[in-house]
Amino acid sequence: MSANAVPAGKTLAVSRRRKRSLANSKWPVLILFLPPALLLFTVLVILPMGEAAWYSFYNWNGYGSPTQWVGWRNYQLIFRNSAFTQALINNGLIVLASLCVQVPLALWLATMISSRIKGALFFRLIFFLPYVLADVAAGMIWRFVYDGDFGLVAGISHFIGVEPPFWLADRDVAMYAILGVVVWKYFGFHMMLFIAGLQAIDKSVLEAADIDGATGFQKFRLVTLPLLGSTVRLSVFFAVVGSLQLFDMIMPLTGGGPSNSTQTMVTFLYNFGVTRMQVGFGSAVGVVLFVICVTLAFSYKRVFMRND
Amino acid sequence: MTEISTAQPIDAASAPTSGQRIRAGTQVYMYVSLVIVAAIVVVPLISTALGGFKTLGELRGNPFGLPTEWQWSNYTDIIISKRYWLQMSNSLIIALLTVFLTLTFGAMAAFCFAHIRFFGANYLVNYFLIGLMFPAATAILPLYIRIRDLGLVDTYWGVVLPQVAFGMGMSIMLFRNYFRNLPSELFDAAFVDGCGYMRFFWHITLPLSRPIIATVGIISFVGSWNSYIVPLIMLNSESRYPWPLGIMIYRGEFSTEWQLVLAFITLTILPTIIAFFLAQKHIIAGLTAGAVKS
Repeated sequence: MSANAVPAGKTLAVSRRRKRSLANSKWPVLILFLPPALLLFTVLVILPMGEAAWYSFYNWNGYGSPTQWVGWRNYQLIFRNSAFTQALINNGLIVLASLCVQVPLALWLATMISSRIKGALFFRLIFFLPYVLADVAAGMIWRFVYDGDFGLVAGISHFIGVEPPFWLADRDVAMYAILGVVVWKYFGFHMMLFIAGLQAIDKSVLEAADIDGATGFQKFRLVTLPLLGSTVRLSVFFAVVGSLQLFDMIMPLTGGGPSNSTQTMVTFLYNFGVTRMQVGFGSAVGVVLFVICVTLAFSYKRVFMRND
Repeated sequence: MTEISTAQPIDAASAPTSGQRIRAGTQVYMYVSLVIVAAIVVVPLISTALGGFKTLGELRGNPFGLPTEWQWSNYTDIIISKRYWLQMSNSLIIALLTVFLTLTFGAMAAFCFAHIRFFGANYLVNYFLIGLMFPAATAILPLYIRIRDLGLVDTYWGVVLPQVAFGMGMSIMLFRNYFRNLPSELFDAAFVDGCGYMRFFWHITLPLSRPIIATVGIISFVGSWNSYIVPLIMLNSESRYPWPLGIMIYRGEFSTEWQLVLAFITLTILPTIIAFFLAQKHIIAGLTAGAVKS
């Protein structure tokens, strides 16, 4: 682009020579620089996705080549499977928790940290810490926290003198316990998004509100919040994408149990496709997940983020 | 893809949103709230570390407090064990290879997209952007079969190459945006002086790109260091397991002895925590701004 812009005052001859030498050095670069990324990406991202669509119509254990064509049967089995329905609901719950708990919490903390308060950097550091830990480690730590025999929840129960609950073993409670871990691990990241959003707000707007005599809460509700719209949408977008990938954290906590009450799309794919080496069925789950991801990414961007 | 103008370097302390001083009452309320949230974050981590110093019996009666008798052997046994160091070095090798290839291949491709006009360039960029839209888990079974057919199952490369491939979209996006924003006078000047693309890439673009190299490097390092599902599928031998898989195996082996599991978790997340406190500014900025810009 910029290479084609001829600076004024250069003679035509020079610019022609330049263009020719540029054109000559263009192809070697393209031939050397593009193929590694292109090859790797095609072979290990695009082709497998295409193959998933193909395998999803077969009943196949992964050895030899797929021969047993079953049509749409794998897809029918998925949508008839109550564990998959539960996984869909759980993915929805994660997004809901993000909207109702994580976004308000992150925004609240971000406004406090962005105000002139001593130790803001320290708190910011602490709140972000869970985000850099591996999901597996976070899941394992919280498995200990929730443990009814040895964990912190047990300790608190003993302290106030009640029987310790086993939340992760209770199919009605386990998913909510997991939502707690998800918020614990990710609120710091969302808080950083809001801190960045708050910084981008033009301070003269807030000063104008000050002069007009707005209270702190009025300023927040009428000036800050509307200006943070794009950040809220971004934050929710990350929560949606994250919920569709949630796997690492579930495995150490519950592995999808008890009786499938904490499955997500990816744990479902793993538990029903990978561990049983049901390549056809697992691929079909992958295709469904892919369609959901792409649809959400496109429609969310079209509908909610089109002005951002 | 989701570019917003807010992704500037984030520095909370130096940029108050309001010029007013905060009243004392509000300040107390703020500190109390912040300390409570900080406690919720930190207490599980500290109890995990302390739990590793206890006996199982004490863990049952006293999960919060300091151990009455510090069981150093829980930790030292792990530190002198081969498996801990093996898992750490497995993770490190996989992460370093992943970072190196993600940076090299991504920067090279992005350079073409940023500076060279060629037929189909825009289509190719969009092609790579598809990779940002779905996680590796989506295609994990065909991916496994492909890696198996390439003879890479149970090797480091079997983990590294898929990770690099799925990181390509992010890497190319971030590099391309950065390269495009370098001052265009540089190109004009260099090309008039007869500098070709290749030399330009090595001698001008790369030296100017340290910040974005750091960002992409941090994102792919943290991603690979913490990754679980790809190694879980691709590796069979425990001798090649990175530490997140190691934790799961360890927990399976010592399921009745939480104190050992806690010591093991503490030791495995220790490098992350140390690195985070040493390079917090870069890590926070890299992970946040990077996520927003791609």
